[in-house]
Amino acid sequence: MKLFKKKNYIPIGRTVMPDSKGESVKPVEREEPVIPNGMWVKCRFCGALVYKKEMDQFQICPKCGGHFRISAKDRLSITCDEGTFEELDPNMTSKNPMDYPDYDKLIAKMQEKTGLKEGVLTGICQIDGYKTAVAVMDSNFIMASMGSVVGEKITRAIEKSTELGIPIVIFTASGGARMQEGIISLMQMAKTSAAVRRHNDAGLLYITVMTDPTTGGVSASFANLGDVILAEPKATIGFAGRRVIEGTINEKLPDDFQSAEFQLKHGFVDAIVERKDIKNALSRLFKLHGIKKEKEAAENE
Amino acid sequence: MSNASEILTKSRMVSRPSSLEFINSIFTDFFELHGDRHFEDDMAMVGGLAMLNDMPVTVVGIQKGHTVKDNVERRFGSPNPDGYRKVVRLMEQAEKFHRPVIQFINTSGAYPGKGAEERGQGEAIARCLYVSAGLKTPVISIFIGEGGSGGAIAMAAGDRVWMLENGMYAVLSPEGFASILWRDPTRSGEAAELMKITAKDLLQNGVIEKIIPEPEEGIENNLQYTADIIKEELVKELKVLCSKTTEELLEERYKRFRKYGEFNE
Ligand SMILES: [Zn+2]
Repeated sequence: MKLFKKKNYIPIGRTVMPDSKGESVKPVEREEPVIPNGMWVKCRFCGALVYKKEMDQFQICPKCGGHFRISAKDRLSITCDEGTFEELDPNMTSKNPMDYPDYDKLIAKMQEKTGLKEGVLTGICQIDGYKTAVAVMDSNFIMASMGSVVGEKITRAIEKSTELGIPIVIFTASGGARMQEGIISLMQMAKTSAAVRRHNDAGLLYITVMTDPTTGGVSASFANLGDVILAEPKATIGFAGRRVIEGTINEKLPDDFQSAEFQLKHGFVDAIVERKDIKNALSRLFKLHGIKKEKEAAENE
Repeated sequence: MSNASEILTKSRMVSRPSSLEFINSIFTDFFELHGDRHFEDDMAMVGGLAMLNDMPVTVVGIQKGHTVKDNVERRFGSPNPDGYRKVVRLMEQAEKFHRPVIQFINTSGAYPGKGAEERGQGEAIARCLYVSAGLKTPVISIFIGEGGSGGAIAMAAGDRVWMLENGMYAVLSPEGFASILWRDPTRSGEAAELMKITAKDLLQNGVIEKIIPEPEEGIENNLQYTADIIKEELVKELKVLCSKTTEELLEERYKRFRKYGEFNE
């Protein structure tokens, strides 16, 4: 299956995101990993230069255990049972609703760089035998900011899972709203949240896995609406940008501000789970919600 | 009609009436209800009960101050999570007593503060959107001044969204937009034009349903003119919304937001 082919980890350069008034932010204190010669990657958590071949499929820093940002395709390959992922809306692409200068060029460049059409992959799959909808945001694509396509694909994935009566797992990662699409990007917050509401009212399970970074409009909509919210260690999770807050309150914020651990302490995350244990955690949560594996469900029919 | 840059200035004028003044000019018997029952009473958010002619309604609104002291207390109309949780509480209360909810929006955005993050600004806004999506009673939102980003849409996810002639609504501030696009926040006027933030633009692209006119002499000089129009429109529209079944109301509300998005497949 092509989708599960191991891709090389492609880091991106600095992506500037809107950071005005608590919206659409980029964690500025921490640099993106930089590869000096393609073989080495710098850990943004501890600064260590890591030989890429030292890292396994989970892309964890061997020095400090920091979780590198992982592509959506790599995430699917370590999460879904092999050969079970069926992608939804594979060809949806952005328009330029407010004629933002060079937006089309930016999209084309990102598509070439990531091999993705947009900032999220959605589909139906099995995770340890449990049938579920899944959405994975990819921060390599304009920081997985939420415009029309990201909002629509996530909404459709939620609607599909409601229709099929199955759970949905969303791996969130986003700098916030896609400001290049203007007000329509803001509308995606209400659209996705309403879809979550219907899935919820149908009595179905929604699990969020917050990954680095989950900020801005995505944190203020579907990301924070999971029945169960998991987070990867040290992920940046918050609404407003650190720099904006420091500018507003005129005070330096502690290093762990808006980390996954900070969110756990303040009661906004159910558990921090290491990447290698996430599949198992999801499987346990499905079981604990009385959901049957596909095989068992078929046998009972 | 003013251009986008002029409207941006007017929408932010300190003398421009804010939610409390609108509430007191449109409704009678306003009884303010304080607090979110979790942490504190956010003064940037006001809410309570009032009469629209003979109909009890729930009103909530973001309140900017008109003096320095007032503005400090109200954080210039940038609510904390506690403000959004006050909205959630009053919306759920309205549902219990079958009252319509009227929301007034006037904010540059949710407050970017330390405590705001510690108490889950993202979660509080998300919860507002979530509760709005399923509330079994009509919700009408009115942009009376500034409307900025997530802190604004939190209160604009109901059945109808209206805007005053000199209101604005944008994904981020024109200053923020200008500093990203041109690295120059002073070009906010230009950005405002490009961003399509005015009531006229937003009516055209279906983000709002109605533009509420303001008096020629300026709304700060004649609030009653606009308040009377809002009152008349609310009475008319609530008659329509209250005649719908809950299923119809929720289905139409879902479709209202479901339609937003421009993409190729
Ligand atoms: Zn490290």
